[in-house]
Amino acid sequence: MTVADLPGVRRQAASMRLLADHPLWILGGVLVVLIAITGAIRPSYLSFSGLRNTVLLAAPLGIMAAAQTLLMLTGGIDLSVAMVATGAAYVAGNRSPSGALIAIASGLLVGLIAGATNGIGVGIFQVNPLIMTLAMAAILLGLFTSWAQTIFTGSTTVAPLIKTLGGGSFFGNRVPYNALIWVGVALVVMWLLKRTGLGRITYAIGDNPIAARLSGVRVWQVHLVLYTLAGLLAALAGILIAGRTGAVDLQLASTFLLPSVAAAVIGGTSIFGGVGSYSGTILGALILSVLNSMLTFLNVGQAIQQVVYGLIVLLLAWLYAKVTTER
Amino acid sequence: MTDALLETKAVAKSYGSVVALRSVDLTVQPGEIHALLGANGAGKSTLVKILSGVIAPDSGTISVNGRSVTMRRPPEALKAGLATVYQDPALVPDLTIAQNLTLTAIDEDAVRSRLTAMGLGRLDFDAQIRDLPLEVLRLLDLARALAHDPQLLLLDEITAALPSDQAEHVFGIMQEWKEKGRSVLFITHRLAEVLSLCDQATILRDGRTVAQVEPRQSGERGLVTPMLGEVAAELEAATSRVISQEAPINLATADLYSGGKVNGISFELRAGEILGIAALEGQGQDRLFELLSGDRRPDRGEVIVNGSPLRARSPYDAIRRGVVLVPSDRVLALLPKRSVRENLAIPLYNRVQRWLGLVGDEDTRTNKAIERLSIDTRAHRQVRRLSGGNQQKVVIGRWLANGFRTLLCFDPTRGIDIHTKRQIYDLLKEVADTGASVLVYTSELPEIPLLCDRVLVIYNGRIVHEQDAANATEEVLLSAAHGLEESA
Repeated sequence: MTVADLPGVRRQAASMRLLADHPLWILGGVLVVLIAITGAIRPSYLSFSGLRNTVLLAAPLGIMAAAQTLLMLTGGIDLSVAMVATGAAYVAGNRSPSGALIAIASGLLVGLIAGATNGIGVGIFQVNPLIMTLAMAAILLGLFTSWAQTIFTGSTTVAPLIKTLGGGSFFGNRVPYNALIWVGVALVVMWLLKRTGLGRITYAIGDNPIAARLSGVRVWQVHLVLYTLAGLLAALAGILIAGRTGAVDLQLASTFLLPSVAAAVIGGTSIFGGVGSYSGTILGALILSVLNSMLTFLNVGQAIQQVVYGLIVLLLAWLYAKVTTER
Repeated sequence: MTDALLETKAVAKSYGSVVALRSVDLTVQPGEIHALLGANGAGKSTLVKILSGVIAPDSGTISVNGRSVTMRRPPEALKAGLATVYQDPALVPDLTIAQNLTLTAIDEDAVRSRLTAMGLGRLDFDAQIRDLPLEVLRLLDLARALAHDPQLLLLDEITAALPSDQAEHVFGIMQEWKEKGRSVLFITHRLAEVLSLCDQATILRDGRTVAQVEPRQSGERGLVTPMLGEVAAELEAATSRVISQEAPINLATADLYSGGKVNGISFELRAGEILGIAALEGQGQDRLFELLSGDRRPDRGEVIVNGSPLRARSPYDAIRRGVVLVPSDRVLALLPKRSVRENLAIPLYNRVQRWLGLVGDEDTRTNKAIERLSIDTRAHRQVRRLSGGNQQKVVIGRWLANGFRTLLCFDPTRGIDIHTKRQIYDLLKEVADTGASVLVYTSELPEIPLLCDRVLVIYNGRIVHEQDAANATEEVLLSAAHGLEESA
């Protein structure tokens, strides 16, 4: 008989276990509470336009965090997402005079190349993902800083279609277009993770890379595909951010890097791999965005905002870890 | 009657759902050399860890000189008078001997004088641990334990890596301790040492004390029978299956060489055959399995699968040719946080063509494997919640669900209870009856006649002995495994 079999212990653990079996309920609850608090601070927030602004902010973050989730599930990480997003947006802005579709395609191509390079480094040359993607971010920043003065000297504003996709809304100005794109990305990512062999293998590599290899998984192929996919998602997020701001610069997406990791972690994805889901990350991205609005409305200094933001992220991660280790 | 020097009562310890010790009673009197015996996985190592304060037991009592003690950290065990020499020397490899001694705050001169008595008086204390051979480290560890002047000396497999002259020094120290009225708890697999040295022997099986005997009276048989339990009883019942010489050769090797560990191994394995491999630790069997499973390529020679050479870049290539591996350690094979089903199905998705979508008959395949192995799926959410035996079934079941021609099993029953062991024997025989080949390395020699049709003994990377498994006695296999001349 183990300790967990004793009746007293079992009863005490029952309520925790319910939450442990459905950890997303906690995140959903936290989201509702945060929205309510924000509404209490600024009643006008509880309206379509208030919530729309939160979603406008959350969509690109959620898409970037999808890239992060896919890689974190394998035990990896992508520290170049923000720079890839910026680079993609910059190229999209530059190509905008040739038409929106060419601009978008060119931007995505940046993500494809950067992502595939990350994949080759991590998968084939077995560079540590942290090092590989950190180096990629530095290289991209250097290249684009130099190119901004040479090749990409033209337009720094994006085509009207990109502005609509990134910042516009439909249905009586209530539903942002970028939310629609986010929903599409979410469906694809969730399908990949839950209903495909690639998803199975992704979790397997993160859980135990040696076992995956001994079972016949060719790990490098999976890394190549997932890092490339992550590059594409980051580029898409970058283009949407550019659409919202209307213009591009080399700092465009830099503030998204840490939130993209935080959204996945708050959503229950382990940085050690093998555990997590994209539905958690979606809630994580929404929570961070609401938090952002709440702190803005609080009207305290920027410095205090940062401190409160950090404390709440810490609290959420602790709460989540405490509940999920019960099972 | 005086108090026993050490007495444990009903000591138990579980790791999650895996029970390591069920109930261990052990009584060591002052002035005796006491052997602790048991097959692999019987719980000896766990008991040593408890007695040295590395882990705390879940329940049960430990008393020293009649007083109950709790030991939660190693220094508390030393304070209670118990000093342990572990199987693997507990020394920091990057530090010198002197620095290591400083770490444990021990008198250097005491260690030096002990070493001198063992014939190691000229050992340089500024030498780095990593540069010293294993046998010197063992003796250094022993000298350090002796410098604590313990009431009870625990020696865990200390003679396993020692040449005979140095083993004699150790035996001398054990005698000295006994004459001082102190005691030694001696863990070994070498029954000859037990018969000549020990006053008492406590025998563990499946985490329980099953017997305490006086070796000089009981003789070897009296030690072995309780140790092996049901397996020994079954020994008589073992029957050999007949393998047709017409059967196709599923797997063969031609003069394999690899890194000085495999030195020219050639054998053939026919369909329907279970071929056993017996060897002491570190004779190249690990490397041989790496070569066969496609995890590594040989320096010279070839692995031949169904008549054509296997040139594998990764295990994937071997698996595609029907050669699959059940590795030595379940930790190497399982996805601990995934479900039983996902663990079973993973090889179905090795090919890129299967990545987009799930295989239609995945459920049928996994259900069949679960049924055939009677895997307990109550804890289906995560495989790490299963018992060791069920975990091993999942590893084998993975290949049943995926299909194979040749099954390579590296010590498949290590640390598994006797009931599950028998299920695994039956399963491997069933598999062979359907025309697959099975290659089994086992560290438990009594398994060979129970499970195999034929046996190869490997010593120093070469096959030194081959015979019918049905007549393979432990004695013959052991002497061959030690590289002694073939006696058959």
